[in-house]
Amino acid sequence: MSNSATLKTPVTPQTGVPAAEDKVAPTGRHPHTVALLMLLPAAVLMITFLIIPIGLTFILAFTNARLVSPQPATFVGLDNFVRLFDNDTFWKSLRNTIIFAAIIVPFQSALALGLALLVNVKMRGVNFFRTVFFLPVVTSIVVVSMLWLFLYQPNGLINAVLAKFGFAGPDWLGNPNTALIAIILMSAWQAMGFHMVIWLSGLQTIPGELYEAADLDGASTFQQFQHVTWPGLRQTRTFILITITIAAFALFSQVNIMTQGGPLDATSTLVFQAVRTGFQQQQTGYASAISLVFFAIVLAVSLVQRFLTRDKDAR
Amino acid sequence: MTATATPGTIAQIDEPAHRATKENSHRVAHALLLLLRIVLALVFGLPLLFMIISSFKPDAQIFSDLTSIRAFLPVGQLDLANYTGVFERVPFAQFLLNSVLISVATVALGLVVNSMAAFALSRMRFRGQQVILGVILATLIVPFETMALPLLWWVNKLPFVDVNGYSQGWLDTYQVQIVPFIANAFSIYLFYQYFDSIPKELDEAATVDGAGWFRIYRSIVMPLAGPAVATVAILTFLPAWNQYLWPLMVVQTESLRPAMVGIDYFKQLNVSWGQIMAYASIITVPVLILFIAFQRSFVNSIASSGVKG
Repeated sequence: MSNSATLKTPVTPQTGVPAAEDKVAPTGRHPHTVALLMLLPAAVLMITFLIIPIGLTFILAFTNARLVSPQPATFVGLDNFVRLFDNDTFWKSLRNTIIFAAIIVPFQSALALGLALLVNVKMRGVNFFRTVFFLPVVTSIVVVSMLWLFLYQPNGLINAVLAKFGFAGPDWLGNPNTALIAIILMSAWQAMGFHMVIWLSGLQTIPGELYEAADLDGASTFQQFQHVTWPGLRQTRTFILITITIAAFALFSQVNIMTQGGPLDATSTLVFQAVRTGFQQQQTGYASAISLVFFAIVLAVSLVQRFLTRDKDAR
Repeated sequence: MTATATPGTIAQIDEPAHRATKENSHRVAHALLLLLRIVLALVFGLPLLFMIISSFKPDAQIFSDLTSIRAFLPVGQLDLANYTGVFERVPFAQFLLNSVLISVATVALGLVVNSMAAFALSRMRFRGQQVILGVILATLIVPFETMALPLLWWVNKLPFVDVNGYSQGWLDTYQVQIVPFIANAFSIYLFYQYFDSIPKELDEAATVDGAGWFRIYRSIVMPLAGPAVATVAILTFLPAWNQYLWPLMVVQTESLRPAMVGIDYFKQLNVSWGQIMAYASIITVPVLILFIAFQRSFVNSIASSGVKG
């Protein structure tokens, strides 16, 4: 800011600024001090509850820290990781988490784009459909999990509907072969509306003239999608891929409520194992090692996705 | 028609027939797309409708209705027994109160703290500004779940000073459910973006009139930031209301539990699906009503969360 100019401006009495506030913010005289004061609450909170815990993950993972313990934590080197990589449940959880992400990322983002295209039209009543598709998003995942726990019962609603069509539905959550798929379907059902809205806002940034021009050139609906819509959504695509992927790796609530990681660890996930060991068994050090693996994956995924999309930019 | 035979006529004559078939196929496509929308609306809407309808039915009837359309209709024996049952079985009023208190406090404090920080970053100049902004943006990709366990260990060590004096450890308190979630990188970012769009000349004019920075923030910028306030309020209310993992770990005392964790009681002994549906309906329907009432703000805030690349 133009300090020299504002310095000369006298503090006029008619503004009624009290003397105390005057000292803190005297007409932009000390922007530095005021800025620091305004940043202070957020800075203290973010350092305490975000930066330090992230840093602690890297330290605690190499200690034997326990949640409640009279003894101070000691450094144990790579012990936690040796135990971790030697543990079948960890590998199963890692595998389940990756499968979950690998299926739900393309599945959910593609269907959400489909929903967005379906409601990106000028039509009476289209708002009704947008609203209904979005309802599960404002419903808590806890409620959704409890509701679908019932829908997935062997004698629940889904199997009752399947029976109407002559299919005998499985015991969705009780069978190791279907439990993870059941959780994937439900999670996609819950979160799809969120990404539909993001796709939709991306679609609406594409200028209408492009479609008119394509129309004049005789482009088919599919060609318009291929040459106008898809390239126009590049930024939206990156954002959606990254957010869905990271959310997928953080899978916890559904598993904790519906299956407790079972049957036979078929739905156990990284975060579920971190909570089980770090909270229930109070092994903070070990849980931090799991968190670190999770952290590394998230970092790698967002770097790779950023790199891939940047590459396409250049072309 | 015949008198004006120009070279273009042949194409024009050809057109009506061509257009008719094209229109027909268009109409079929439209009908099919509408049908698809309706089927999808059923897929997304029916489970929630089922939840609300079932909350008024006795357990036996919920199961017997499953085999027909009656599952989605308010028919048979309907009463509030599940609702009274919920209140008898757990201190539900307390759970709800806790949830309201925690989410309102998180949103209100968050609006003040994050908007102030964003104001400093967007409208003032000082050394290290870009670095601070960079750090805040970098934390956006770290999901809460990665640091939840170290954070749990850490808050158990944090000192706390209140009217009763000094104590160590934040576990099992209200503040552990609120304070860690007040400052929010994404809220700061959204405010920052919005503040940037408010003309800086306003600050200069106010400065000439003798207003201090804090006054500019309070009386000029914030009153203009209504849409950003709504966006941040919505985007911080939903996760605060829906919090599950964190209260599950940090709260042992029943009277401090939020409603989301309280639902776990119903999975233990004597599962009553009617009561679960009633419980789920009470914590869901108010949010659904809020959503439908403020739909535009909700959708805009979600959409604005995707603006960034």
